[in-house]
Amino acid sequence: MRKSRQRLWMVGGAGVILAGALALMLLAFGDALVLFYSPSEVAANPPPAGERVRVGGLVEAGSVLRPDQGGALFTLTDTAATIRVSYDGSLPDLFREGQGIVAEGHFDHEGLFQASNVLAKHDETYMPPEVAEALRAQGVWQGDGDAGEAGE
Amino acid sequence: MIAEIGRFLAAIALVLSLVQLMAGWRAAMVPASGLAKVSARAAQAATAALAIAFGLLIYLFVVSDFSVAYVAGHSHVDKPLFYKIAAAWGGHEGSMLLWCTLMAAVGAGLAAYGPKGDPGLRLRAVAIQGGLQLLFLAFLVFTSNPFDRIAIADIPVQGADLNPILQDPALALHPPTLYLGYVGISAAYSLALAGLIEGRGGRLVAAAIRPWAIGAWTALTAGIALGAWWAYYELGWGGWWFWDPVENASFMPWLVSAALIHSAIATQRTGAFPGWTALLGLLAFSLSALGAFLVRSGVLTSVHAFALDPERGMWILAILAILAGGGLAVFGLRATKLGEGDGFEPTSREAFIGLNNLFLAVTAGIVLCGTIYPLFADALGWRSVSVGAPYFNQTATPMMAALLILLPFAPYLPWRSGGMKRAAFSWRPLVWAIPGTAAGLAVLLMGGSVLAIAGAVLGGWALAGAVTDLVESRILAQLPARISAYGRGLAHAGVGLIALGAAADSTGAPEVVRALAEGETMVIGTRTVALADLRRADGSNYLADQAQLVVTENGRRTGVLTPERRFYVAAEQNTREVDIQTTLSGDLYAVLGEPRQREDGSVAFEVRLSFNPMTWLLGFGALMIALGGLTALTGLAIGRRREAKT
Repeated sequence: MRKSRQRLWMVGGAGVILAGALALMLLAFGDALVLFYSPSEVAANPPPAGERVRVGGLVEAGSVLRPDQGGALFTLTDTAATIRVSYDGSLPDLFREGQGIVAEGHFDHEGLFQASNVLAKHDETYMPPEVAEALRAQGVWQGDGDAGEAGE
Repeated sequence: MIAEIGRFLAAIALVLSLVQLMAGWRAAMVPASGLAKVSARAAQAATAALAIAFGLLIYLFVVSDFSVAYVAGHSHVDKPLFYKIAAAWGGHEGSMLLWCTLMAAVGAGLAAYGPKGDPGLRLRAVAIQGGLQLLFLAFLVFTSNPFDRIAIADIPVQGADLNPILQDPALALHPPTLYLGYVGISAAYSLALAGLIEGRGGRLVAAAIRPWAIGAWTALTAGIALGAWWAYYELGWGGWWFWDPVENASFMPWLVSAALIHSAIATQRTGAFPGWTALLGLLAFSLSALGAFLVRSGVLTSVHAFALDPERGMWILAILAILAGGGLAVFGLRATKLGEGDGFEPTSREAFIGLNNLFLAVTAGIVLCGTIYPLFADALGWRSVSVGAPYFNQTATPMMAALLILLPFAPYLPWRSGGMKRAAFSWRPLVWAIPGTAAGLAVLLMGGSVLAIAGAVLGGWALAGAVTDLVESRILAQLPARISAYGRGLAHAGVGLIALGAAADSTGAPEVVRALAEGETMVIGTRTVALADLRRADGSNYLADQAQLVVTENGRRTGVLTPERRFYVAAEQNTREVDIQTTLSGDLYAVLGEPRQREDGSVAFEVRLSFNPMTWLLGFGALMIALGGLTALTGLAIGRRREAKT
């Protein structure tokens, strides 16, 4: 086969595949981008019920309820506003009162946050950046800089 | 004193790397200068110095010398010896020392086993490797020195302990294996850059890169598998892959290295993709460095770590800029020196390898975009966002499906000329049986969601192709070629098994959660699980509650699961120890959760059970891939020895 024709094949094939991948990415990005809300932002401008979002804050002391059928109910706070969260899954080992966590899920029509995932990182000194930001906005969190080594 | 010696050795290695760089570079230009030996000796000496330094760091952990900041922060007097040793590479500073040690070893390896007949290429590669060592050692010595002392007043008596969930055999071995891969692929970077600068033909460069790429990729596979296995049984979430940024950081170099192996083979054989192979070599290590640093610097888990530790952040940016920017700039200027690719037909083996490369590289690009998008959004001051697993599933799955469809054809296609007819008709026997059976099983056992059936058929298809390839490879006359072909068949079979495992995994039933007091039972599928007993099971540095869960199926007792809830005293942290009953049909996965007081005063523990269908397929598949890599390496080694003899 002549070189020029071979190049045509290669460039054409690559172009088709790249265009397909790009289209897939753009489609998926629309669905999969998850916005973060602090409790104050939810109070001011709640996301529509059913939309997939992340919320984050400190677990309010004394707010954790563990019903007999499993799961947990707790309150997230940024000291200015609160969100009530219900979670059916297995709470991470580092989940505890006063800890900064991020929950992913959606608000139901009663305004209760139904979490499908609760993230408290592997490291107890770790503060999720969004939560640190939200707390900073309330003037509470100064940040101690000890965020390394969360890895693996 | 020991710590000071370690610090000194690291500094010595820094100087030796500089010697390795300069002597090697000079020797490549002036062969008569006699500096070639100097460069090789410097590489060996740097390796020895760093290996001793690493040994000293392990010794500091063994004797719990808490006057060293890194030891104080990651160890504890009560910790088992094995984890004291593993903690040497469990944190940032120690893992960087391991990284540098391996990097110097690769330099010494290039000097000893680099392209023998081509001193220019070899010396240039050793010199470039010395330059890489210089960059990373400077990072180690000036920003992340594991031998730094702490003020006497602050020396702790017992130490802060290593994060308890990292105290686990699989995770202790995970970082060294993974680093072997991350760092091993730096040889491909050095060789590619050396080939560009020396203006060597692409075939020579590809042949030199091939064994390093296979070795590094095999180690990466093992490292990722260990990490996924750990996540499966240690985190207690029941999953093995979450598209977490940390996982993606290791997946990207894996994808690009896989592409590199294929393109290097094709280029060595027929000179098909000279420039592209060099480019992949440069990218594979750049992505390794990007991944390791994103993880280690905490930029991904914590975007603000950049601002919190500006010194480390600046170093990372500088190293990445030099690595990727410098490499790509040289590539742009000198890619034509590697020669043009030879021609091939659209249904030749090269063409299919080209498609393989395209899909693998595009997948790596997709993962890269999804992983660093939140960083960009943050840097630009947009709203805080995260990219969820659905993005990766929707984009990466079609790419993987395309790869699986094409995979069985390639080994049957002739080089250069087209040969679809031969490929389509030469291997009828098993071809329809395996995917057919897999599809049937998928429908019968898994309730048959469309995705699961498609995955089962594709995985079965790839597996069938690999099995026929293995069977037909036995007629190859030359021993090295035959062993290499077996390696290919094994690795491809592993890919098919992982696809089957992922398809099975996607059909897992939802988990069952109940709070159980002693004597109470719960049901999952056909199994009944009773909480027979709760007992204490304390270890040397933790307290633990252990549940005795008796599993009965159809009235027959099939086993006892003993999940634990531990409290690590020094770290003040709770962890859950999952227990798993593995059977051919799947894993019964038990987690012991929080205790709760009932109204009548009795105590009940939350028990979570899930059934994960045929999880063993995934482990088995990863093992086959790693085995395939080792087999292919053996084939290359035998070929090399025979060549040396003649």
